[in-house]
Amino acid sequence: MQAVPSRISLEGIVKTFGGFRANDDVSIHVAEGSIHAILGENGAGKSTLMNIIYGLYQPDAGRILSRGREVKISNPRQAMALGIGMVHQHFKQVDTMTVTENVVLGLPGRPVLNLAQDRKRIIDLAQELGFDIDPDQPMWSLPIGMQQRVEILKLLYRQADLLILDEPTSVLTPSEIKPFFNLLSRLRSSGRTIVLITHKLDEVMEMADRVTVMRLGRVVANIEASETNSRELARLMVGRDVIFDVTRTPPRIGSPVLEVADLVATDERGLSALNGLSLTVKAGEIVGIAGVDGNGQRELAETIAGLRKASAGTVKICGQVADRLNPAERKRRLRMGFVPEDRQKVGLDLDSDIAFNMVLRSFRLPPFSRHGWVDFAKIKTHAKQLAERYDVRMRGVGQRARDLSGGNQQKIILAREMEDEPELLIVSQPTKGLDVGAIDFVQRTLLAQRDRGTGILYISTELEELLMVADRLAVIFNGRIVGELPVSEATPERLGLLMTGKAA
Amino acid sequence: MSVVGQPSVKAQTPSGAEPRAGRVAQSLIKFAFMLKTVWAVLAALILGAFLVQLAGGRPVAAYSALFEGAFADYYGISSTLVRMSPLLLASLAVIIPLRAGLFNIGAEGQIYIGALLSTLVALYLPEVLPSWIHVIACIGAGALGGALWGLIPAALKAYRGTNEIITSLLLSYVAVYTVGAVLHAWLMEPGAPYPYSREIPDALVLPTFLSETEAHIGVLIAVAAALVIAVIFRQTTLGLSIQTVGHNPHAAVYAGLDVKRLTLSSFALGGAMAGLAGAFEVLGLKYRLFDHFSPGYGMQGIIVAFLAALSPLGSIVAAFFLAGLQVGAGAMQRTTGIDTTMVEALQGMIVLFVAIGLAFRYHPERWSRRVAAWQKPTQGE
Amino acid sequence: MFDFLLDPAQLTDFLSTGLRLSIPLIFAAMGGLVCERSGVFNIALEGQILFGAFGAAVGAYFLGTPTGGLGFALLFGALSGLLLAVLGITLRVNQIVIGIAVILFSTGFTSFMSRVLFPGSGNSLKLQGFGPVAIPYLSDIPVLGPVLFSQDALVYVALLTVVAVYLVLFKTRIGLSIRAIGENPSAADSAGVPVFRLRYACVIAGSTLASLGGAYLVLTQVFLFSDNMSAGKGFIALAAIVLGRWQPQLAFLACLLFGFFDAFQLRLQFNHPEIPFQVFAALPYGVSILALVGLMGQAHPPAAVGRPYDREMR
Repeated sequence: MQAVPSRISLEGIVKTFGGFRANDDVSIHVAEGSIHAILGENGAGKSTLMNIIYGLYQPDAGRILSRGREVKISNPRQAMALGIGMVHQHFKQVDTMTVTENVVLGLPGRPVLNLAQDRKRIIDLAQELGFDIDPDQPMWSLPIGMQQRVEILKLLYRQADLLILDEPTSVLTPSEIKPFFNLLSRLRSSGRTIVLITHKLDEVMEMADRVTVMRLGRVVANIEASETNSRELARLMVGRDVIFDVTRTPPRIGSPVLEVADLVATDERGLSALNGLSLTVKAGEIVGIAGVDGNGQRELAETIAGLRKASAGTVKICGQVADRLNPAERKRRLRMGFVPEDRQKVGLDLDSDIAFNMVLRSFRLPPFSRHGWVDFAKIKTHAKQLAERYDVRMRGVGQRARDLSGGNQQKIILAREMEDEPELLIVSQPTKGLDVGAIDFVQRTLLAQRDRGTGILYISTELEELLMVADRLAVIFNGRIVGELPVSEATPERLGLLMTGKAA
Repeated sequence: MSVVGQPSVKAQTPSGAEPRAGRVAQSLIKFAFMLKTVWAVLAALILGAFLVQLAGGRPVAAYSALFEGAFADYYGISSTLVRMSPLLLASLAVIIPLRAGLFNIGAEGQIYIGALLSTLVALYLPEVLPSWIHVIACIGAGALGGALWGLIPAALKAYRGTNEIITSLLLSYVAVYTVGAVLHAWLMEPGAPYPYSREIPDALVLPTFLSETEAHIGVLIAVAAALVIAVIFRQTTLGLSIQTVGHNPHAAVYAGLDVKRLTLSSFALGGAMAGLAGAFEVLGLKYRLFDHFSPGYGMQGIIVAFLAALSPLGSIVAAFFLAGLQVGAGAMQRTTGIDTTMVEALQGMIVLFVAIGLAFRYHPERWSRRVAAWQKPTQGE
Repeated sequence: MFDFLLDPAQLTDFLSTGLRLSIPLIFAAMGGLVCERSGVFNIALEGQILFGAFGAAVGAYFLGTPTGGLGFALLFGALSGLLLAVLGITLRVNQIVIGIAVILFSTGFTSFMSRVLFPGSGNSLKLQGFGPVAIPYLSDIPVLGPVLFSQDALVYVALLTVVAVYLVLFKTRIGLSIRAIGENPSAADSAGVPVFRLRYACVIAGSTLASLGGAYLVLTQVFLFSDNMSAGKGFIALAAIVLGRWQPQLAFLACLLFGFFDAFQLRLQFNHPEIPFQVFAALPYGVSILALVGLMGQAHPPAAVGRPYDREMR
């Protein structure tokens, strides 16, 4: 079986969080010099496993062998000493520091820094890899694709020969993916081993030598990529035959419910995020906003919803100028629902119970309160009804929102934002971090809402998702809509060019 | 609508089939966690006993003198009640903003400004009003003074983002010096050995509710205030709004709440409570404004607030207890010679242990697993 | 009002008073800054100054030497830092709550213990302290000589501390790590920085520095211990950190500003007995607030300050 020696082996790894088994008896062998994909949907336990290899989590049972020798990895320093490096899905970097400082951080060496020397070596290494990186830039000022290159450079600077990459293509545009895969091939030919964590089937088929499929914390298959196909992998990954065929009827489009004209706004750092953005959404259609993360999507959603002040331009909701209304008034008077990107930080009060979260944006109004007095009985019955309708899995409406799974948290938000039949719905990354079942639920719910005549602005960085759900796509780049097209005309290539601002 | 193939990845808590002994064990554990505050106080008392020993006293004698002095007789209890009033109000001054996530550690200053305004109204408002209205005006002035002083750090926080912890505390020093300066410049009674004001007119002295004691109705008002605040937090949209801001300011904005206004109103309401404490010290107890009249009620209010786990009702009990310690301290010094500052050390240890207790939370799932694990071997036999 | 600045003798007096009043602030601010840079909010500086003062009094009284006092002050400071670290880093209790608890504890504990340990309480002590150390030649420079080069040993230590904190934070590998764990502990952890150990080290070192502020008060200024003698200095130091935008050199200047302002108001008190002294005494606190308000807009604290790190948080 193992013609090539194993670079790293996991045997019988178990990891539990609370009562939840994130990894259950996981065994994997990664061959030296190969690209090994770990495939699985969200919540399958891939990242947990990688964090164990990298020493961030401690396994409850099982053993790890590096080049056949059993090792205990209790922190990232030990992992690095074994030549293991990891690029997390959400990059682990200090935004306020420069590229050089980020690369040098945590390295052993003489107590007094000599950044000039490090800087020179970084430039050399970047040249070798074909990266165009300015080592003096602060990290936050770099585009996200560049940040990823810095992360990879960081690992190679530490002479890691086993690279764990967690969902690396999620931050890349379609046109950036090809060069990235070329880089991986080059790294493999230089003798390095790569573990690629992904939920994208085509990446596995294109790049991997061998693939491990995980589902619900367990390994369900270990196969050579050449001996399988996308269809089989999909079935293994989800546990049933899935073809994402959300049934959809042609849209019945009505009058505009959202008219955004020349919108200008800044982000927290005061840098311009929206630069004269214009956009229209009509009743009964789903308009998808496509674009690489960080091109103004969050600011656009927040400005429309009233969480962020526009410095110029107008937002009209159902024909009325919304500028002076706060988020709750926009919901009530202008009939606008908003599902924010960060459901835990913005969408919910995690420390309150489900019942309160169901009325988070309306508890100061009748029937939930009168003259400042809260009617908890009404809030409770209301919550029970909604929880049933939206299938929220819980012990009771008195349970804290914090203790629910991401999918159930998202259902609370959807229920709250849709129960009063909004005319306009803004949804921002509504499926982020959810498992397949919950994703399916969210998308069906939104499509059903569209069929009832609601106009939906659907913001997502997942192209496949947009292609499946949206009727029309608008591509955002640098705080501006750089192209609009019906979904039927959208191809990844065309979108890719638009998303990088290379085609107008 | 149904979820297609929703995989159940949520925690699987051990089912209800666990044996009864396990359930009993778990409820006992839960109960032990609920008594966390009691353990903290006991730990402080035990450590306090060592301090008494160190000071050359006998702990049992010291503690019995302390508790007898505070709780054993009519006069002891009435003194404890009198002492409880400012402590309770000061704790409310901490609790209300803290529910909105803001630390008011400047209640001391709000007490002083409240007392100052109350005294000014008592001494300088022409005596044309019926005395009961004049008294209410004095009390109201106290609350207003505290509220205004509380609004300063709140406004700086809301509009400039200035750290309210630092400003509220620094403002306390400014307040204490302000009272001192006003006394020196205008209010001081001529020929007084120590800076204090003229006495307020007899008609403005708060009535007492326990005969032959100093127990003035300010005590009752303080308790009533705690009840009102409890109702506000349990039953009103204002209370829920403040709590939402405290839990998650981002969600509060999303909910359409005016976070700035709630920052201001929670701090003003808290400051008003502290201001009342200052007014009652003048109107009910001392009948004059003294320089440095508060022995640190503002800071002690923080101890009460933590001891009560930020519950306004719990504050009544906690303030009564702490007041008892302070009143009993005198008796302890008289009978056993242990200095009254022993109680300050005790208070310090109480708050420290309460803070340590915050680290230990009851997790039902974790404990049910542990209990189940303990039972396994016995079940096998 | 400002004519004293023209008279060399008075100017020397004013400058050295200002410097002396700045010293406790400098120690506390540098200590607090090290903690905050590592991501731990140390609001307990006030209590740690008090612990330092008390420790200094205990050591100097029982061992009879100022060095003994210094040793005890350091010990007490380190212990208070350890307490803070265990609660705030390992047990993850809200760091502000702990800080306040430590302050309240320090007040009560030192008040009582000073009565137990010292005859007739700490107020009547006449402890042996440090005397001035004149640096040869340099101390003969007019005005600046007596101000800068004829001071107590701890003054030099305070000035060196500022330089040391600056160099460590910005010129060394460990300083880079400290700044990183204050901004993004998870990233630093992933890069191989031992987050917990380093935070412990920073909190204990920072707390020890703060306690030196108290030791200075006792051992070179008043030679006795009095209740609550920190008198809000810890909070002014916190204001100085913010005002100095978490940069040691700027925080140092802020401390000097507050210290010189204090010296200035003392002079005003002395020259204007007709005005209630409280008017002047309140000024340093008021100025600290105004300074905070005026400059807060542009200041950003380390991003992770006050947030305990939990590696397995999901």
